Amino acid sequence: MSAALRKGLALPALFLLAMLCTACSHDRDPAAPSAVKLGERMSPGPWGEISRGRYLVRAGDCEACHTAPGGQPFAGDRAIPTPFGTIYSSNITPDPETGIGRWTDQDFYRAMHEGIDRQGNPLYPAFPYPWYTRLSRDDVLSIKAYLDTLTPVRHVHRKNELPWPLDQRGLMAVWNGMYFDEGTYQPDPKRSAQWNRGAYLVQGPGHCSACHGDRNFAGATDMDGPPTGGYAENAYAPSLAGGVRDGLGSWTEQDIVQYLGTGRNSRTAAAGPMAEVVEQSTQYLSKPDLEAIAVYLKSLPAPEDTSVATVDKDTLDRGAALYVDNCEGCHLKQGQGEIGAFPPLRQSSAVQAASADTLIGVILDGAHIPRTTAEPTGLAMQGFADHLSDAQIADLTTYIRNAWGNRAEAVDADHVEDLREALRKSP
Amino acid sequence: MPPVDVVLVGFGWTASIIAQELTDAGVQVLALERGAWRDTVPDFATDHIQDELRYAVRKQIFESPERETLTFRNNASQTALPMRHLGSFLPAAGVGGAGVHWNGQCWRFLPQDFQIRTHTEQRYGKDFIPADMNLQDWGVTYEELEPHYDRFEYLCGVSGQAGNVGGQLVAGGNPFEGPRQRGYPLPPLERSASTVLFDKAAREVGFKPFPCPAANTSRPYRNPLGVQMGQCTYCGYCEWFGCGNYSKASPQTTILPVLLRKDNFHFRTHCNVTRVNTDSTGKRATGVTYVDVDGNQIEQPAQMVVLCAFAQHNVHLLLLSKIGQPYDPVSNTGVVGRNYAYQITSSVDVFQKERLNPFMGAGALGQAIDEFNGDNFDHGPHGFIGGGYIALWNTGGRPILQHHLPQNAPKWGAGWKKAMQENYLTACSIATHGSVMSYRSSYLDLDPTWRDVYGNPLLRLTFDFQPNELTMSGFLTDKAAQIGRAIPGATIHEKKRQGPYSIVPYQTTHNTGGAVMGDDPKTSVVNRYLQSWDVPNLWVMGASVFPQNAGYNPTGTVGALTFWSAEAMKRYLKNPGPLVTV
Repeated sequence: MSAALRKGLALPALFLLAMLCTACSHDRDPAAPSAVKLGERMSPGPWGEISRGRYLVRAGDCEACHTAPGGQPFAGDRAIPTPFGTIYSSNITPDPETGIGRWTDQDFYRAMHEGIDRQGNPLYPAFPYPWYTRLSRDDVLSIKAYLDTLTPVRHVHRKNELPWPLDQRGLMAVWNGMYFDEGTYQPDPKRSAQWNRGAYLVQGPGHCSACHGDRNFAGATDMDGPPTGGYAENAYAPSLAGGVRDGLGSWTEQDIVQYLGTGRNSRTAAAGPMAEVVEQSTQYLSKPDLEAIAVYLKSLPAPEDTSVATVDKDTLDRGAALYVDNCEGCHLKQGQGEIGAFPPLRQSSAVQAASADTLIGVILDGAHIPRTTAEPTGLAMQGFADHLSDAQIADLTTYIRNAWGNRAEAVDADHVEDLREALRKSP
Repeated sequence: MPPVDVVLVGFGWTASIIAQELTDAGVQVLALERGAWRDTVPDFATDHIQDELRYAVRKQIFESPERETLTFRNNASQTALPMRHLGSFLPAAGVGGAGVHWNGQCWRFLPQDFQIRTHTEQRYGKDFIPADMNLQDWGVTYEELEPHYDRFEYLCGVSGQAGNVGGQLVAGGNPFEGPRQRGYPLPPLERSASTVLFDKAAREVGFKPFPCPAANTSRPYRNPLGVQMGQCTYCGYCEWFGCGNYSKASPQTTILPVLLRKDNFHFRTHCNVTRVNTDSTGKRATGVTYVDVDGNQIEQPAQMVVLCAFAQHNVHLLLLSKIGQPYDPVSNTGVVGRNYAYQITSSVDVFQKERLNPFMGAGALGQAIDEFNGDNFDHGPHGFIGGGYIALWNTGGRPILQHHLPQNAPKWGAGWKKAMQENYLTACSIATHGSVMSYRSSYLDLDPTWRDVYGNPLLRLTFDFQPNELTMSGFLTDKAAQIGRAIPGATIHEKKRQGPYSIVPYQTTHNTGGAVMGDDPKTSVVNRYLQSWDVPNLWVMGASVFPQNAGYNPTGTVGALTFWSAEAMKRYLKNPGPLVTV
């Protein structure tokens, strides 16, 4: 379903829900400390707690959303595009007036655990409290301890651009009632400590399924099923479940560790919003934590591989010619790429993902491989938006998704046109 | 401006190396670049960089003579006039400097090149050296520079075939090169049809051809700093272009991804340094003054100053700053501006029948012979000093400037088109690349008449080719013709270099000298570590320190000298003072 279509359905549906639904009761899980501890204390006392908080802030990629382009870190004001409108992130520096300087530990825990701010207003789930609720109280308070050490920045929160009735925060109580399961992560005693740690990181601070999970018409993610791919910021976050074609089925645990730690591996390179996630978040995770994530992700079952219609030869021929002219210099004749430099396109799960939006976005606007401490280069690709028409990009994308043994749904020019427009308008 | 530990004038190859080395040593480094920031994407992206008109003809990425130029004359009896269009050489502006637009021809000089006076006197006697030739040793030996050549080659990912590893000759490489500690980091580039022709012909004549060392990656390469390069696509747009494919070594593709992450490194663009400031004693640099993009004059204090601009700009700055004694050609005294040198090139065009597809090229894709370089042959019967390599470079087949037509081809119209059609795919050209020695009559000083946009006197270049060089170049061209004639079915056209030197047609950007290195403060501006004799916290990088020029492209030696000097700077930082006393 295209982003525009989903948006079209979601608004009236949510409106209807708001009219029909009264308050739903919900079990309140007392903030029990989790059996899973994240990050080791480097030293006892406040320094250890602050260090752990810093690690968790990175694991949660808090800075990415709470920093505007060119703005002060953690001072908020980054525009978060959602299918419903634009939400501006809040200032989480300890400024007493405009930040969280007056927040108590309990205020902060309530926001992270229940999605309710200091004044008692429900927060929008663009703030990923449906995932952060899984965090242990200790971990949440470590995060607060770290944020308290930041330099306070005075920066007033900008008003969100949401249509009525979504601008009514009270509506979120209804949404929470329907879609939000509050509760700290409960380890699965049948699984190893490593698996549980990975699950905690993925489902809690990492909030991976916020992008990689499918959302319903109301913007809610299915928190129980595996993250089989989803739309995020005009891109498509591919499936993290099994599945050799478009999931992580053919990846080894080491591939996952390398990808999250460096932004690239022998199969692909991070692109779109994930490049930023690697740069700002996952590259800082410890090797044991990355390994735990890999173990957990590799345990996810593969969904049934959906059938894909065959693509006509004319389209493939046109796409092949465009590939030779525009792509082959770096990605090479068989789409094998250059290991370490230019990502392969052959047998790439990202290329064969259920939606081609990330691939189309890269062709339109270009991309750079994340710059990480381990791999500082950040090789970049230029965008082809000015060089290739919508129809050409559709043919090229379809070709790449079906060449060298790849197999994925074809793309049409109208879809490229929609995405080009959406990316152009994207803040 | 707040003071910094080290300020670098310019942000090209030498500045990037010095910055990387000194920030590793823990000091604060600031680079001031007169041009703009630029990076592979978007500035050199493959969707627009292959535009010959924009870059090669209109010279988009070079310095703009409207802002900075020099005046030129052939000899002291003439009045110098400003160069208003770039011609004979192409200094760069912008981050990465000329490291962005070079071809990647990455040579080592021969061991004897560094001790040319001693060597020449020993082999041929003192009288062999012309009286007006300021021939001098470098003060550093090949053996001392070898590890630094190695570092530069591994930084760049040079593709090539070693000819001499640890004194053992290796088949297929250059048998004349100095011993190297190990082979090149990458195997040679794929050969093109024209270099195969040259190789066969040169062997037939009895020479030992080898693949030229290329800072164009023949494979994907990750250098010792962890910077990743892609594999060359042989697009043929190296020379005068930025590489869109991360395949040609430049500061952007080898150092900056690491350097720019460091907290103790900063750079500012559009900052044109006009003076090195000294204290009242004149023995200590206190920083530099630069003009920013709005025309403001700004002082940048620093503990140490390193001149990393293009060769003649370093000399210009020294003269404007009144550091060191300016050279006087009449009395042959003074040092700043002394021993300007260049290189002398010629070619032999070859017209034959086999299809060569010249457009599949790379900046340093070539096959060469080194029999007539340096002192690899007996100069006794010839009566000249110096030499050069003979190579067939397949840098590309750009339509405007990289085609070869027979002498009798019409210059325009239908006849010209027909000649282009008949020759584009089959013609090639053998190049000679010769040394130029230093002379009393070749020097740099401040022009008495012309001034730049900042009101400063322009630099004046006085230079001509001398009989020694013209004879040498003629000799090399004849050898190149010998190889050309050995190509089956070939008609050749010998294009010998004639004097006087003209600054108009492009020849080479291998300008050297003016702030030369050496063991004697009477004949050099900097000591063997590239530290100023007069101002010990001032250092000069680049080809301006070459006492005379050798028969190879200079970048490999510039890189090696920079690493060599960086090691000395680290010692200096621990214990400041002159590293050499005389």
